[in-house]
Amino acid sequence: MAETITADDVVELSSMYLLRWEEPQQAHILLYPEGVVKLNETGAEILKYCDGTRTAEKIITELNELYTTDVSKSVYKFLEVSYVKGWIRIKS
Amino acid sequence: MSKDGSELNPDSSELTLDGLGIPMWLTLEMTYRCPLQCPWCSNPLDFDKFKNELSTEEWKKVLVDGRKMGALQLGFTGGEPMLRDDIEELVAYAEDLGYYTNLITSGVGLTPERLQALKDAGLKQIQLSVQAASKDLSLKLVGVDVFDQKMEVFEDIKSQGFPMVLNIPICKQNIGETRQMLEMAERLEVEYIEFANVQYYNWALLNREEFLPSIEELRAAEEVVKEFRDRLGNKMQIYFVIPDYYEDRPKACMNGWGAIHLTIGPDGAALPCQEARVIKGLEFPNVRDNPLDWIWNESPVFNAYRGDSWMKDPCKSCDEKENDHGGCRCQAYLLTGDAANTDPVCSKSPMHDVIESCVSNIASPHRVEKPLVFRKKGAITTDFLDV
Ligand SMILES: C[S@@+](CC[C@H](N)C(=O)[O-])C[C@H]1O[C@@H](n2cnc3c(N)ncnc32)[C@H](O)[C@@H]1O
Ligand code: SF4
Ligand code: SF4
Repeated sequence: MAETITADDVVELSSMYLLRWEEPQQAHILLYPEGVVKLNETGAEILKYCDGTRTAEKIITELNELYTTDVSKSVYKFLEVSYVKGWIRIKS
Repeated sequence: MSKDGSELNPDSSELTLDGLGIPMWLTLEMTYRCPLQCPWCSNPLDFDKFKNELSTEEWKKVLVDGRKMGALQLGFTGGEPMLRDDIEELVAYAEDLGYYTNLITSGVGLTPERLQALKDAGLKQIQLSVQAASKDLSLKLVGVDVFDQKMEVFEDIKSQGFPMVLNIPICKQNIGETRQMLEMAERLEVEYIEFANVQYYNWALLNREEFLPSIEELRAAEEVVKEFRDRLGNKMQIYFVIPDYYEDRPKACMNGWGAIHLTIGPDGAALPCQEARVIKGLEFPNVRDNPLDWIWNESPVFNAYRGDSWMKDPCKSCDEKENDHGGCRCQAYLLTGDAANTDPVCSKSPMHDVIESCVSNIASPHRVEKPLVFRKKGAITTDFLDV
């Protein structure tokens, strides 16, 4: 298994993960076996783009267009962390 | 769902789990009946006295009320939850309500048919407990011959495509099989393996001296774990920590009392954690008598050790109280006699010596070995205890 994500990798949420909006928490929540993580707005935004159709590069470019500042570094960092934690995987 | 906080994704620092006062974690102890006799079982010593189990309809009401309050993670546990014939129905009901459903089972009674029905009901994941990597040791540890059945269930769960957690309660008797258990998990492509240190309440506390591994045994197992972690990367997550008895700070038990966890016992008692009944003098509210939101928000029991206003010194004036909330209330009660005391695992506790003496006892060459007390009716008498 690759150690990290490269620009051409198509990424998706791992199969046992569920991302959704929770009214009582007023936040996006990532649910998985034995775990709950409350995401901040940008984190949730990034994970929504991990839908199995976009490459890491495409996700970064598209998100960059949404923001006024250059977010590529932080988006890439978040993808890397999500990958290491097993939240997202590379689509084969 | 263990008491050591393992389910809480400890390294999610910037994305922390702030419960906002919501019982995000709902655990249903469907029954205390169980065909196994694990001598570390965390169930009450008088488990056989709980005959008046909630009905299917009563459990459904708990599910509706819990979800209204924002509960997300749902665990069906016990005893052996598969001894109830309504698990499938309740899983389907819970999935409809929007819970993330987890089944926590020894695997006994989990036939391929029931697995299929659970899959159809939408069950998200299964936590299977395995006590040994060999038939022989398994029999010695759980008192009944269920190893082959467990291994079949293990393969069935995988072939049904369920994500699974393998839970291995670690003690002196099975720590030597750490490598074999990891190999087994790797072979069956388990996503997550949790080496759960036996926590010393109820049956486990009776057997503590026989169970607590030496620090050398633990370090050796840790080395094996490290080797697998390095080789498998994020293909398999391995949870392993050194038991709190060898640490000088306590675990952040349940993320704090009444913070995110709500457990409902077979009899409908609402508990801040599965062990809370060990603390005498607390009148646990019951879902049969009280609304769930009152229980969580208002009841004296859930407020007893919530936040930090109940604390005494050294916790009260300690700058680490945000980290560990003073440790485990049940452990403080059982080992120091007062649940509001500092968990004696903490080196700042004036009663820390109860931990140190236990550790030195087990290391003593003069220690007399005792037979294990198995969890079964009549194994001990609770008649003279106010349990
Ligand atoms: C009490 S059991 C109930 C469900 C089912 N009978 C089973 O064994 O999986 C729930 C989980 O707690 C673990 N467990 C039991 N006693 C424990 C203890 N004293 N310390 C840590 N984990 C324990 C079991 O291995 C199991 O994974
Ligand atoms: S820990 Fe063992 S004895 Fe206790 S409920 Fe689970 S399988 Fe039964
Ligand atoms: S004194 Fe209390 S709050 Fe401070 S580290 Fe020890 S247990 Fe935690």
